[in-house]
Amino acid sequence: MADHWYVLSAVLVSAAVTWTLRAAPFAMLAPLRHSALLAYIGDRMPVGVMVILAAYTLRETDPVVLTSVGPAALALAITIGLHLWRGSMTLSIFAGTAAYVLVVSVIAA
Amino acid sequence: MQVMETETTYQGSPATREEVAAGWRTVLPACVAVVPLGLALGVLVVQSGLDWWWAPVFGAVVFAGSMEFLLVGLVAAAAPLAQIAVSTLLVNFRHVFYAISFPMHRIQGRGWRAYSTFALTDEAYALTATPEAAGWSRTRIVGIQAFFHLAWVLCVAAGAGLGSLIPPQVVGLDFAVTALFVVLGIEAYKVRRSVPVSALALGCALVAALVSRDNMLLIAMGMFCAALVCSYVLAVRRSSRG
Repeated sequence: MADHWYVLSAVLVSAAVTWTLRAAPFAMLAPLRHSALLAYIGDRMPVGVMVILAAYTLRETDPVVLTSVGPAALALAITIGLHLWRGSMTLSIFAGTAAYVLVVSVIAA
Repeated sequence: MQVMETETTYQGSPATREEVAAGWRTVLPACVAVVPLGLALGVLVVQSGLDWWWAPVFGAVVFAGSMEFLLVGLVAAAAPLAQIAVSTLLVNFRHVFYAISFPMHRIQGRGWRAYSTFALTDEAYALTATPEAAGWSRTRIVGIQAFFHLAWVLCVAAGAGLGSLIPPQVVGLDFAVTALFVVLGIEAYKVRRSVPVSALALGCALVAALVSRDNMLLIAMGMFCAALVCSYVLAVRRSSRG
């Protein structure tokens, strides 16, 4: 495969749409910078967006299959527990991911 | 660690260097967290039959993690460009919400703003979604974005180089992204200790997953924002009445 012009076009189309989505709202937000509504939403968004993104990354996890939900629950508990205990992002992420990879790889083997 | 070397050759004032170093310290955990994902993307690019150098091109030019994974599949299936445009719109639509709190007012200059909007990833948003970030310098904010950009491209290129060296028995490396968002969520919660907001977001995510798993992000983000607008309207009414 690999018609280079096609792949390049695909990359440029995707990049252009992404950049537009990231940049355009600023042009529209500028006059609304001091809006009370946006301040209210902006104040509450970060924690909510992180919850949604985390849930999104787990969307293929099947809640009724133990071999699917088990490793995810264990790794989440390790990540959250370590982070509340030590507060080190790198440590929490490494340990949680290592536990997940270990358990899932053993199950898959 | 190549990143550190470029830093030592940087010819800025001590204050500028300190800001770059502060940015580096802020972004380091995110760079570490995306290593497995970057490697995985590089491996995927090679396995899908594309030349290895497309991997760093994807990473550098599209620079939107989950979309890049999707794009590899679309390109491998020779999807029409219109479908690629629509898929990108849906997967990356959440970025329109990031403008609300990203400290763009700290970034002066057309070129810097252009780069900063281009590199406004989930991670860049999350790392600057704190109250202190509203007072950070342009050097620090753009530094965070550029370091993350560089780290991502290097990881993706390394993944493509490694190719099939990672044994296929090793699975689940993508959990690092989940762990990253969970940890960033805890940090955001420390700033805004609101159980109702967290529960609302989780509820939106679960409902969206039930409605359509493919469009889960867009639906969840839309519902969450709509719910916040409603709660704002109710709060204003209550205060004007009382």
